[in-house]
Amino acid sequence: MDFIELFLDSLGTLTLNKMRTSLAILGIVIGIGSVIALVSLGQGTQQSVQSQIESLGANLLTVQPGAQREGAVRGAAGGATSLTLNDATTIATSPQITTIKNVSPEFSRRTQITTGSNNTNTQVIGVTPIYTEVHKITIQSGSFISQRDVDGMTKVAVVGPQVVSDLFGEDANPTGQTIRISDQTLTIIGQTASKGGTGFLNQDDIVYVPLATAQKQLFGANYLTSIALEAKSSDVMTEAQNQVGYLLLARHKLSDPSQADFSIFSQQDILNTASSATSTFTTLLAGIAAISLLVGGIGIMNIMLVTVTERTREIGLRKALGAKKRVITAQFLTESIILTFVGGVIGGILGIITSYFISNLTSFPFTISPTSIILAFAVSAGIGILFGWYPARKAANMQPIEALRYE
Amino acid sequence: MNNAKPIIKTSHLFKVYQTDSLETVALSDVSFEIDKGEFVAIMGPSGSGKSTLMHILGALDLPTSGEYLLDGEDVGKLSDDELAEIRNRKIGFVFQAYNLLPRTTALKNVILPMTYANIPKEERAKRAKIYLEMVGLGDRLEYTSNKLSGGQQQRVAIARALVLDPSILLADEPTGNIASVQAEEIMTIFQKLNGEGHTIVMITHEPDIAKHAARIIHLRDGKISDDSLNNKQQKAKH
Repeated sequence: MDFIELFLDSLGTLTLNKMRTSLAILGIVIGIGSVIALVSLGQGTQQSVQSQIESLGANLLTVQPGAQREGAVRGAAGGATSLTLNDATTIATSPQITTIKNVSPEFSRRTQITTGSNNTNTQVIGVTPIYTEVHKITIQSGSFISQRDVDGMTKVAVVGPQVVSDLFGEDANPTGQTIRISDQTLTIIGQTASKGGTGFLNQDDIVYVPLATAQKQLFGANYLTSIALEAKSSDVMTEAQNQVGYLLLARHKLSDPSQADFSIFSQQDILNTASSATSTFTTLLAGIAAISLLVGGIGIMNIMLVTVTERTREIGLRKALGAKKRVITAQFLTESIILTFVGGVIGGILGIITSYFISNLTSFPFTISPTSIILAFAVSAGIGILFGWYPARKAANMQPIEALRYE
Repeated sequence: MNNAKPIIKTSHLFKVYQTDSLETVALSDVSFEIDKGEFVAIMGPSGSGKSTLMHILGALDLPTSGEYLLDGEDVGKLSDDELAEIRNRKIGFVFQAYNLLPRTTALKNVILPMTYANIPKEERAKRAKIYLEMVGLGDRLEYTSNKLSGGQQQRVAIARALVLDPSILLADEPTGNIASVQAEEIMTIFQKLNGEGHTIVMITHEPDIAKHAARIIHLRDGKISDDSLNNKQQKAKH
């Protein structure tokens, strides 16, 4: 029997019992389909997070108070108080620092703000005018905090689009309205353009106030929660980190870098942490899908065992007519591989369609990696061999006489 | 009795089954020779061991001890694959229950053994047709078993057994499930084949059927109780 004959024979046998064949294939379809869809979802998440982080600015360094942790994303809010405005000013003016273009001192706190009868919980950041340059924020209407506002501790605020829709309704013009923060009334002088982002990267759910106003009038603090630095280019990031680090160590009178009471993050550090989190997420999803694939494979083995039992007499006859063990094995293995391969193809197509719909829903990028498709086909054929092997061997090892007597 | 090597030679065949602590002796010291071209019937009551003997002759089972030479070859020394080849090429087996593949045409059933023998594809249908015509079913090639009578199905089985020109044709109660008129037809075919030189060994418990053979071996309790030529060989009526 050559391969083509074997293939056509097995195909013929499988189509004799369409219901059973379809159900067996279904298990594999779901398994492969979910692997492809979920891995694609995971990868879409990874890419989405990555591009959001990248939109923060490629040359951005963030200094935060608190001890250095491996790949930490941010220190505890309101934790250490080791960063001061003087630190920021020194970085900006010191001749030791040759790689930094702009310095943005910041004080941020999450708090409740109200207007009339509406309120919302949002992030309030005390900033200086250089903030928009360093964080690439654009103004949609009105104007941003000015140096006069900082020097004069004026009670003004600039709001992000999320805050506008939470307090005043979508498309409302907030300029001129007032809001209350920590028992102080501030007047809105502008609105920022939407930048998107989710979770801690959400740059639309923010209220900007002058730094001095935040520190002295709203929150009674004389330290900074972060200093954002824009490096001159992405090539000098590492050098910039070193320069700023040593300067701050000296200012804080520390000689051992491991005792630093601050940490400096680059966008790469944040990216690394995020990507290890999202790739864990993807692995988890893939693991879940793999389990469903395993169940599908067990289903195949089950069906093949039933088929072998049902065809006991036929197997006995074939052996009595001279079929060798390997021919019987090949016959049943081929059937099982056809089942899993067809299941793999259908599952692959469904998986791609599903991930297309998911990406539309979540506005994640639509990614199908060719590797995962090739892998899916290889795995589905492999499952056919793995789970079809035992039933096929069982058939091949039957004793012709007993098989022929089987009722 | 010619002096050429016998086509079947069994020496001191024993078959003992061991279930738990119970030992059943199915065959006990069975020895005989069958020459090429003979038509032998093996008779005996149920439990006499004739089916067991037939399975050993058909290389479907191995004796517990003893020797079985088929065309000079020691079957007991063959590997699994070699046994399969013997079953394919040297032995044609006809079963009581026909054992045709269900939902498959007569033609495809007769082709089946050829697929294990590497007969080229183009030749298979041709040969199958020849043998089906020989058993009188030339006009029923595309019929599946559910459309054929018992006798017709058995004839398909005979064609299948012959299609690779085996050394011996073994038949296990070939007419057991068939009405007497068609049973006579089957015997006609056997005698015709025997006339053409085929060696036929047939099991039956019916004396009327055994009468068609030229030699009858009687088995009783696993032993040969009689082995003699049939002087009253009956010519089949059709």
